[in-house]
Amino acid sequence: MKVSLFITCLGDAIYPRVGEAMVRVLARYGVALEFPKLQTCCGQPAYNSGYWQEARASAKTILDAFEDSDFVISPSGSCTGMIHHYPKLFEADPVNLARAERLREKSYEFTQFLVNVLGVTDAGAVFPHKVTYHPSCHGSRLLGVKDEPMALMSNVRGLEFVPLPYAEDCCGFGGTFAVKMADISGAMVTEKADHVKETEAEVLIGLDMACLMNIAGNLRYRGEQVRVMHLAEVLAEGMGQA
Amino acid sequence: MSANAGARTSVKARAELALNDEFLVKAVKFTTERLRNGKKNASAEHGNWEEWRERGRQIRLHTIAHLDYYLNLFVDNARANGVHVHFADKGEDAVAIAMQIAERKAAKTVVKSKSMVSEELHLNHALEKIGVEAIETDLGEYIIQLAGEMPSHIVIPAIHKNRYQIADLLSEVAGERLEADTTVLAGFVRKKLREKFLEADIGMTGCNFAIAETGSMVLFENEGNARMVTTVPKTQITLMGMERIIPSFEDLEVMATLLPRSATGQKLTMYMSAITGPKRSADADGPEEMHIIIVDNGRSLQLGDPEFQELLNCIRCGACLNACPVYRHIGGHAYGSTYSGPIGAVLTPALNKNVAEWDDIANASSLCGACYEACPVKIPLHDMLVYLRRRKVETGNGKAIETAGMKGFAALTGSSAAMKAALAIGKIGQKLVVRGGEIRTKLGPLKGWNSYRVTPSLPRRSFRDRWEKLEREVGGARPQMAPEMKKRMEDIVKQRGQGGGGHGGH
Repeated sequence: MKVSLFITCLGDAIYPRVGEAMVRVLARYGVALEFPKLQTCCGQPAYNSGYWQEARASAKTILDAFEDSDFVISPSGSCTGMIHHYPKLFEADPVNLARAERLREKSYEFTQFLVNVLGVTDAGAVFPHKVTYHPSCHGSRLLGVKDEPMALMSNVRGLEFVPLPYAEDCCGFGGTFAVKMADISGAMVTEKADHVKETEAEVLIGLDMACLMNIAGNLRYRGEQVRVMHLAEVLAEGMGQA
Repeated sequence: MSANAGARTSVKARAELALNDEFLVKAVKFTTERLRNGKKNASAEHGNWEEWRERGRQIRLHTIAHLDYYLNLFVDNARANGVHVHFADKGEDAVAIAMQIAERKAAKTVVKSKSMVSEELHLNHALEKIGVEAIETDLGEYIIQLAGEMPSHIVIPAIHKNRYQIADLLSEVAGERLEADTTVLAGFVRKKLREKFLEADIGMTGCNFAIAETGSMVLFENEGNARMVTTVPKTQITLMGMERIIPSFEDLEVMATLLPRSATGQKLTMYMSAITGPKRSADADGPEEMHIIIVDNGRSLQLGDPEFQELLNCIRCGACLNACPVYRHIGGHAYGSTYSGPIGAVLTPALNKNVAEWDDIANASSLCGACYEACPVKIPLHDMLVYLRRRKVETGNGKAIETAGMKGFAALTGSSAAMKAALAIGKIGQKLVVRGGEIRTKLGPLKGWNSYRVTPSLPRRSFRDRWEKLEREVGGARPQMAPEMKKRMEDIVKQRGQGGGGHGGH
């Protein structure tokens, strides 16, 4: 059984600590993650901007990297969600279309794999902090990841959960949107960070580092000290694995 | 903001105006919040929302797939009821037909109930030019007509105005200072419009649904003004988009369940009128002459287009606007066209053959999918926005700098070696700007992003660089997998490719 880590470009370059946390948490259950080095980026920035030919160049590295994998696990609902677009991206290319469909079927976001495949809802973690949670749009709306993180968090000892007001609203990241429509994106992330502040949580938890980079960036810009963590990091730290 | 800022300015420039308009941002947030919470409660209370949503989608998909059949059926039945039915290929054609009727009737005044198609055609201006006074009788439409603006929301045209601004506008009409009290203001408008209803020669309406099996047109409203418009004047003109058709009254039940709940959170609007032909001899009231103008104006371009045909399923409830975080911050005028919000960002370019003039609206979305989630007939607007962007690139209208950037992106991410090399260069380059692990510079490409945020720096070693060490460390202490977990994984792999496959996702 070959279980592969799809680290995502952001996870590789900026947040290696999240990938490490995933490796450690899954290792607890005997999952030997392997890391195919051919992988680069899912291609989403190009896909969403309309540059599909360019997106296919990145996507092919992902198709190649995970050709033989049985399960492909990523720390991002958005990047896994992008894999769900691959059949559309390769609709005129029968060979890659078939590969894209196979990859889509075996791709999982981290909590999807942990909860729905391994059947883990209690990771035995302890994390005595007041937390809130931002459900990223692509994970929750595109992949339907809603209950999985809630189940995991509800079983973390000492964790005090404060719901985030208007949690389902987009944080304003949207990839190139944040650059092209900087002021709209800025207004959105400011509103999101305002809501995070309202909860008075010590830690903001999420499942997607792009959104968390955005929200954390705004919180830091305003001098706020809220800690921002991927749920995998919370579990790893809480299992004494960090 | 000027009324018809239109496409000549960029969406970015228009959005900037809106973001700096404190009244607008506050007013739009206040009302969209109320509407989307209303919808959330109404759909939860309904109990089987998802099933009805799917039913609504199926009705719309079926009708649009057989639009020629149902449109003919509707027209035959409407004509049998004594309605004059006209077809307008382009917007100008519809305007010309309406003006001919007005001229033939020597009309001086037209009272109108809310119609987005009429806004799309800019019909009021055309009527004014031939000396016909057109008066909007929906309160919100009346307000924006006084202000000389376009609607900034499909359902709530004056959503961007607060009651003080409205009091200013109405005080001018009244010739005296009116209190900024909603009862006082609505009372004034009611009295004012009552006179207009009585003197009007023509009543003009839009159409929420047109029922093929009976030739009826159906209107949903809360103010009773559409009732007045369709009963008092001797002549009625109804403007309808060619896609407003549903097959039967049975289907209307589904639509009547979905539309008001999605639009305002109401179980049903105050009034729902189904009008089947002009006044008959036994009727107490109603128009003596009734016209229906069926408008294409770019709609049929979507027929047969696998990526955009579902656009015609829209029932104009405005739920996508209320759910959209971009709309909430910039309001409707920033979209530069009659239709705003996510539906407008797709519909406007689509109706205009995706001409480059309009397609930058498609960039005003973070692709969060809230519109799709809110849509009562599940139109995948977030996907359509991406298709619009792709069509722009494919037709060679991509911005040169972005095209170059994306070529670079493809070169870097097309191979892991290139990406690794780029990362190494980035780590050296960032030394110029990193302070305390963060990048705060507002120069160059980071200007927009860093005006609201700080950027994390690249760590010394990427995940790729750490992998071997991590694997050695973790691998040594890894326990055997529990047999039941192993079995679950094996079962999942076995079940693949046997249909019904996959997990999650829509």
